[in-house]
Amino acid sequence: MSAPVILEVDITGKSFVGRDGAAQLVLEHLRFRLAPREIVAVVGPSGCGKTTLLRLIDGLDHDFTGRIVWHATDRPRIGTVFQEPRLLPWRTVRENLTLVAVGRDALADELLHALGLWPFRDAYPPQISLGMARRAAIARAFAIDPDLVLLDEPFVSLDPTMTERGRDVLLDAWRRRPTAALIVTHDMDDAAALADRVLLLSANPARIVAEVAIPPEQRRAGPEAAHALAQSLRQARAAEVRPGGAISGSSGRR
Amino acid sequence: MLPAASTVAAAMLHEAVAGPLLVNLGITLARVVAAFTVAMVLGTALGIAMGAWRRLDLALDSWVTVLLNLPALVVIVLMYVWFGLNEWAAIGAVALNKLPSTAVTLREGARALDRGLAEMAESFRMGRWARLRHVVLPQLAPYLFAAARSGLAIIWKIVLVVELLGRSNGVGFQIESYFQLFDVTGILAYTLAFILVVQAIEWVLLQPLERRANRWRR
Repeated sequence: MSAPVILEVDITGKSFVGRDGAAQLVLEHLRFRLAPREIVAVVGPSGCGKTTLLRLIDGLDHDFTGRIVWHATDRPRIGTVFQEPRLLPWRTVRENLTLVAVGRDALADELLHALGLWPFRDAYPPQISLGMARRAAIARAFAIDPDLVLLDEPFVSLDPTMTERGRDVLLDAWRRRPTAALIVTHDMDDAAALADRVLLLSANPARIVAEVAIPPEQRRAGPEAAHALAQSLRQARAAEVRPGGAISGSSGRR
Repeated sequence: MLPAASTVAAAMLHEAVAGPLLVNLGITLARVVAAFTVAMVLGTALGIAMGAWRRLDLALDSWVTVLLNLPALVVIVLMYVWFGLNEWAAIGAVALNKLPSTAVTLREGARALDRGLAEMAESFRMGRWARLRHVVLPQLAPYLFAAARSGLAIIWKIVLVVELLGRSNGVGFQIESYFQLFDVTGILAYTLAFILVVQAIEWVLLQPLERRANRWRR
């Protein structure tokens, strides 16, 4: 009866020790599941711990309470798209893909063609535009034939046209290699344009205040539809906000 | 006082053809290469380790500073006293003179490593060797070249002192014998020969390698 699940996240708490020695809770009671080929957007205010969440899932940080359980695979392949492209500047665009996707040259070349990077395959990252570098970072994440793609505000600091093009590039890659994807963003438009499901987070500590499943006919239905959808998502978030600006489920409920 | 350049060049050619210049040059060069390799490899490893691990850095920092400031002559004499007038002591003394400055340079490089790229490599599960080769070493390249340049310069100077004090061959030994004869032309002939060799290393080895390492910069 239950839908297939690739990843189960149940983080009961994650805190950092500040300079004064006091522990500060950044994530609390984050619980969700991810199905194969599902794109889930996690939307929260800047600095609410979204990047921390990705680091925990990526296995870069093990210091938390709770559990992160993978189904159907012990050693998941995770392709991450960071906020900045983080390409190796001294390796060509193509090498940046093939170095992490060892033995998957054919897939790398396919993605380079599909994402319009083929003419730049032998260029070094400092020689291409930031938009192209971000494309290459997306291609790299998909080039490892991932079980999960993590995206950390992948279109931050791009102008609206470039952002839209970036989303198209991401969906191109995803349609070619459908995979589970978790995208964290502060931008509701990202969520509306890309996601099957949206998790709305509160600030300090971050916890899920609402979960919105997007009806199938409204998913990835183009910029116009996404715009309308983003509006209704913003309303859904506003409904969670109490008078005085506090978001229910954060300080109010503790 | 100072012989004409042409006289020195002629003396150098004569020494090369009829004298022991090439043999001595070869011996000195072999010592330079050996000491350079030891100092660069150990110094680089030590520097990276000190840059990466704060505890190690704290433990060794004052030793490195002491060694960095110890006069070359003291190290050479002590090595000869402790280990005898042999090749190992000679090369070890030279390497020990250069090692701390290589370590200090590479420590700076290791501290400046890009954390974002390290995290990327970890996230994509790059292997240890791949990380070193494709992520770490390219970032250390400018530091390695800086250490190599200054290393070559210092090492060949110290090798000559080591030869003068405790070896019976090499350019340093030859210069000492010309010194006893007050033969300035002979001294300059050997000096010129070595300067040519060092320049050749710069042009044939260091500069092409550096161009290769920097080809991604626009």
